[in-house]
Amino acid sequence: MSTDAELCAPAVDRPAAPTRLPVWALSIVAVLVAAAALIGLAVLGGQSLPERNGPPVEELAVERTVLRPQVIELTVRNTGPDAVQIAQVFVNDAFVGVSGGTQPIGRLDTATLRLDYPWQDGQPYLVSMLTSTGVVVEHEIPAAVLTPSPSSVLGLMALLGTYVGIIPVALGMFVLPLLRRVSPTVVRVLLALTVGLLGYLALDGGLEALELGGASSGAYGGPALVLLGSALAFLALTLVDRLLRGRRQRAASAGASGLRLAMMIAIGIGLHNLGEGLAIGSAYAVGELALGAFLVIGFALHNTTEGIAIVAPLAEDRPSLVQLGGLGLIAGAPAIAGAMLGAAVNSSELSAFLLGVGVGAIAQVIVQIAPALRGRAGQLLNPTAIGGITAGVLIMYVTGLLVAA
Amino acid sequence: MSRPAAPSRRQFLVGGALLGSAGAALGAAALLDPTSAGAADDGTGQVPEPGHGGGVNGPTFRVGETVDHVANGFQPTEILRDFDYGKVSTAADGRPVREWEVLATDRDIEVAPGVRFPAWTFNSRIPGPTLRCREGDLLRVRFVNNSAHPHTMHFHGIHPAEMDGVPLVGRGVILPGESFTYTFDAEPFGLHLYHCHVGPLAEHIARGMYGTFIVDPPADRPPADEMVMVMHGLNTTFDGEGNQLYAVNGIPFHYMHEPIQVRRGELVRIYLVNILEYDPINSFHLHGNFFDYYPTGTRLEPSEFTDTVIQAQGQRGICEVRFPYPGRYMFHAHKTEFADLGWMGFFEVSDG
Repeated sequence: MSTDAELCAPAVDRPAAPTRLPVWALSIVAVLVAAAALIGLAVLGGQSLPERNGPPVEELAVERTVLRPQVIELTVRNTGPDAVQIAQVFVNDAFVGVSGGTQPIGRLDTATLRLDYPWQDGQPYLVSMLTSTGVVVEHEIPAAVLTPSPSSVLGLMALLGTYVGIIPVALGMFVLPLLRRVSPTVVRVLLALTVGLLGYLALDGGLEALELGGASSGAYGGPALVLLGSALAFLALTLVDRLLRGRRQRAASAGASGLRLAMMIAIGIGLHNLGEGLAIGSAYAVGELALGAFLVIGFALHNTTEGIAIVAPLAEDRPSLVQLGGLGLIAGAPAIAGAMLGAAVNSSELSAFLLGVGVGAIAQVIVQIAPALRGRAGQLLNPTAIGGITAGVLIMYVTGLLVAA
Repeated sequence: MSRPAAPSRRQFLVGGALLGSAGAALGAAALLDPTSAGAADDGTGQVPEPGHGGGVNGPTFRVGETVDHVANGFQPTEILRDFDYGKVSTAADGRPVREWEVLATDRDIEVAPGVRFPAWTFNSRIPGPTLRCREGDLLRVRFVNNSAHPHTMHFHGIHPAEMDGVPLVGRGVILPGESFTYTFDAEPFGLHLYHCHVGPLAEHIARGMYGTFIVDPPADRPPADEMVMVMHGLNTTFDGEGNQLYAVNGIPFHYMHEPIQVRRGELVRIYLVNILEYDPINSFHLHGNFFDYYPTGTRLEPSEFTDTVIQAQGQRGICEVRFPYPGRYMFHAHKTEFADLGWMGFFEVSDG
């Protein structure tokens, strides 16, 4: 710290020159100089360099594939520097009737191509887009499956959200009477188990997200998007957690009821469940049904413990059923909204981002739960915690084997 | 066209920064996005009725689209019956002399609607001109290389080594701006071909440098409605691994749009040549009819009565057919992949 003081001292001691411009004026001058230099560079510097030596760079990424009877629909984004004109399209080495995408696609613009093709359920297809320069851009459909209509998806997502959000949280809340009687060690084992489950989920979701991000066009960052989503989710949930803690402490000092504390926990968990719902919905949207089912089981198991967390402060209270129901909705209902939104946002990049968000949220909840694992000696990884975490990881691994088929 | 639908990078980052509302913001944007989840598709699932094919009705380019033949400078329907007999004179010994001038050029050709192919050509067309003569004629083919690349004309037939049109033999490679007159006797009678023989050979051929060379027998074949079909591919990616387009006479699917008009009961003679690069064999199959097949056209007796023949690269043969019934009869490679990628067409048989 003495170093800092020494460095700062001369600046502090120096008498302010009366001719000095104020900071705001200096800022404006700096910005203007930079802008002028950039404009000058763009106008003059650009001319001093030759045009790119070579043919146009044509890059296309298929962001969405929708399969309807006799029709394959592709949403294509130009991820390269030059405009691309898709002249013709062939599927599995046969030219097909195409509508849409008749104009050149500018950089980062999209076009939707509708291919007239009698695809068969479950078969793989290779869609080849022949551009105006004769370049072929290929898109693989590993297994053709009818894309469900948006309305049915939203209904399904509402159902999924209910399964993973509301029902497990409500179930967890039902242990309230039990929770009042078991020993703290049992609670710690349960929480450690939760950490194991979540850790496995975070790893699995993260790998999936990176795979999706890697397979996407990369125009918006690809795998970097996953890390961005995780980091933002983690930081934002941490912020929410800090805010809630601050309010909780003030509320506690003001003698607030346990119900109010439970409400705040429910809000935090609800935000977390929004990310979970998004992960489920986007997993479904990109056709990863197995992952969706996997997530449902995993999240349902985990969210039961969330219910326990919500009711924990209520041990001394006697809340009404309506109040308990309200808490459950606040914590669980965002999973429904998240799932519906996740399914609607049907692009591999966005899905990768949202899966990343889920990973970040999971990581944050692990951090939140971790302190509760400490034993009497204050160790985080005490035998009880290790046993619980191991059991959680194994449960996820085994349920994953059962479900992911 | 869908510009508003695309979430911009800025929306993305701003949305992400707010997490709790991030999902909501992104999701809401998607819900408002009319192209999401197929909302824009309902009720318009039908692709317009095609000129030919589409979906279960078979392969097609974008429905209603054809190439610009005028800009291309040639028309496959005209190439079909376009025989170039050359400028005929008589030599001192009394035998006919035929002279042609063939120009090598580089030009972009619209090989499929909206697809430009930087071709190397003979006389600015794919395939090059059909040069036709009679056995025993003296042939003088003046080759002018107006291309930016070195080329030759290599004829199939019987001729001296120095007229073979290959590098390092005789005149060898004809450089840009140069010319050379290939002089040889027309023999043997039959259906032959010519092509450039400069390395890399596969590319020089695949770029479009080939044509048909017909030597008629001393006595004419029976009168017929005669036509040339040169089977070839177009490797638009230039990766040397297969072709993206397959065709007869330059333009894929052309005779689907413009069926070849023939008359019922009249003898039709097809000079069929295969110059397909990057695939080992090609084939020709005619629907609803059978034809006599004369391999290489060097015998006047058919070898086979069939509806399907296969040809390796450089192989050729004459097909003679009479259509007993009116109507449309498809012809295509029976290597179905080639047909689906453009090598298919129709005969349209009418009375009179």
